[in-house]
Amino acid sequence: MTRTDPLDVPRPDAQLHFGVFFQGVNHWTVWSDPASGSQIDPANFRRVAQTAERGLFDAFFLGEGLRLREVDGRIHDLDVAGRPDAITQLAALAAVTDRVGLVSTSNTTFNEPADLARRLSGLDLLSEGRAGWNVVTTDNAWTGANFRRGGYLDHADRYRRAEEFLTVARALWDGWTDGAVSDSAGAPAWAAPDAVRQVRHQGPQFDVDLAPTLPRSAQGHPVIFQAGDSGEGRDFAARNADVIFSAHGNDFDDALAFADDLRARLRAVGRPEDDLRILPGTEIIIGATEEEALEKKRWIRFQQVTPQPRWVSPDCCGASTSPAATPTDRCPRRTRSSPRTTVPSARGGSPTPAKSSPNGGRRPTPTDGRCARPSSRSAPSAAMSAPRRPWRTSSPTSSGTARSTASTSRRT
Amino acid sequence: MSGPALRLALEIDGDGAHPAAWRRAAHSPDHLLSPRRVARVAADAENAGFTLLTLDDGALPPGAGPDAVGRIGAVERAAFIAASTSVVGIAPVVPLTYAEPFHVSSQLASLDHISVGRAGWVVSEEARQEAASVWGRPLVDGAAARARESRDGVEVVRDLWDSWEDDAVIRSVATSRYLDRDRLHYIDFTGDTYTVKGPAIVPRPPQGQLVVLGRPDRVPGDLLDIALVDGRDLAAVTASASAAGTPRTFAEVEIALDTAAATAEERVADLERHAPWSDRGRLRHIGSAAGLAALLGELRDVVDGVRLHPLVLDEDLPELSRLVLPHLFERRHALRPLPAATLRTHLGLDRPANRYAAAAAQEEAR
Repeated sequence: MTRTDPLDVPRPDAQLHFGVFFQGVNHWTVWSDPASGSQIDPANFRRVAQTAERGLFDAFFLGEGLRLREVDGRIHDLDVAGRPDAITQLAALAAVTDRVGLVSTSNTTFNEPADLARRLSGLDLLSEGRAGWNVVTTDNAWTGANFRRGGYLDHADRYRRAEEFLTVARALWDGWTDGAVSDSAGAPAWAAPDAVRQVRHQGPQFDVDLAPTLPRSAQGHPVIFQAGDSGEGRDFAARNADVIFSAHGNDFDDALAFADDLRARLRAVGRPEDDLRILPGTEIIIGATEEEALEKKRWIRFQQVTPQPRWVSPDCCGASTSPAATPTDRCPRRTRSSPRTTVPSARGGSPTPAKSSPNGGRRPTPTDGRCARPSSRSAPSAAMSAPRRPWRTSSPTSSGTARSTASTSRRT
Repeated sequence: MSGPALRLALEIDGDGAHPAAWRRAAHSPDHLLSPRRVARVAADAENAGFTLLTLDDGALPPGAGPDAVGRIGAVERAAFIAASTSVVGIAPVVPLTYAEPFHVSSQLASLDHISVGRAGWVVSEEARQEAASVWGRPLVDGAAARARESRDGVEVVRDLWDSWEDDAVIRSVATSRYLDRDRLHYIDFTGDTYTVKGPAIVPRPPQGQLVVLGRPDRVPGDLLDIALVDGRDLAAVTASASAAGTPRTFAEVEIALDTAAATAEERVADLERHAPWSDRGRLRHIGSAAGLAALLGELRDVVDGVRLHPLVLDEDLPELSRLVLPHLFERRHALRPLPAATLRTHLGLDRPANRYAAAAAQEEAR
């Protein structure tokens, strides 16, 4: 639905939070465009993060995938692949930014709590309280083939593991009392003797006994992000997350329904209904005029289509927390949840939600080997005559489109 | 006499090599983990002319009892330092006794991308039993089992670094292919206790392979670029270095220098009241800057470089920077690293051929 009057909203003074995903690995990135640049050069990460900071974004996000995507047992070669480890890259960006949040997508299935919680604590301390963790899980043995742990967690167990993982991580983050570390050079001990609590946890997933190695950061804990969409995933978010990435950003009523559902689940677990920030995925395409923006959108859509099989798989990713990589990296049958596209014009006027193309404007994407079942339908071939690139400015981000997330304004 | 020039490495973990070093640090304990402190030590060491900084680490906190001290993960600190320096090499300590080699490979390859080819890696072990319960994994029991985990882990990490050929990203607009999938390789590693499939999720590091450092008695020599050699005197260091079988050798040297405020002996004695500076069988110099310079001059004919472990960073690094390193550079007894070069270049090491590309080329030639 379209709102033409920007003041015709229940809370005109409500404020949005903006975050931006560094694109790279996914089907969105128009790597054929000269402006897309290197997907691994640290200078690109620095430029996007510093641009986001200068533009007052709250957060800069990096995704994760722990195995290269494959099609029919062969490495998928049509989209961008290869990126830096998220926490490592963000720790570097902590040195060259001052305010923007640094959010890492990190997997609970193929990590151990003491190690990952400590890495996140380190990022939080080095950034002076700007770290976030987008909690994701994996339920396929295919990814496990890269790990000593190996193996397969079934769908329910991966959430149990994620929840138990968070319990241990929080205990570790709370292991030091505030002000535990001495602030005087002549102190008798580095930290107060009883300031560090041993963490002992025995559960179905983890059996650990350790002393946390780091004090609390300026914000106490890293901010917990999550992208659950199944009932189970939404419940997980309602119990555990500070922020939820919503895939319901394409249709206003759908977005509100999602928010209402989340708030009901928050109440059900005894949390205030405004305790969770909701950030729907949104794509923004900017042109000097509305016409130019729409033309640019058509061009980008065409570039995002490459000759590859369409993905259909009934058991694929249906209710995953966030399967392979970023929360946008999902299977195509969930087109309803494709992001809302707004095409603001640089000359002012209200953002206008663009009409969705037939599949929500999304190119089918593989997410992991278990999805690899091509159907007979093929996307248009690149040999078709392409629309000409309709503008000549170089794009400010790596892909020609900026994908960002914005929280919905609360409905009163 | 003019001999080869040394490369200089500095261990910069915490406040220094002594477990009670924080008591003589120039700041209060709560500043140790601040980003400003991490960046400042690295900048001071880079300005002094060190070729390589190493950052100790492990699953268990350093120190014990009243000297227990917090520690940020070495990889995170190294990445932060990489972004705030421009010339110096950076090598975090990462043990493989319990860690996932796939993650370690990704983290270290990323560090090399972030630093544009200045990254190294010090392979170590989690020797204490408590480390197993930190990881929640079965105890890797005994020195032989730990060495096995290091060996297998280094092999996996090195295989993964080569699992992308340098030119795997082709960006072929005409065929819509971003990658040439034939230039990516499954490593299909099978070790004693686990298997790893690959390929890596991070493209090949700028150096091809990071510079790998470790103890030659704990990691097979053919998996190391630099052997870190112990020995309490020159004869012992010479024996260890000549037996190492690695492209380069660095001697481990623990140091405490005289300062304007106190002699080295007095400084050590002050800290020994709180905790012992345990003997790890390394060269140890407690005394003047001139004495250290002379010792390092002698080491030129024995090893390719040294790794210095200062008693207290805030006290010893200024002396190194002011007196020792300039003395060595003036006499060409040591080399300063140059801008726009990789760590391998600074160490005189070639950029290695890709093991899989080489194998494929051989196959094709048949």
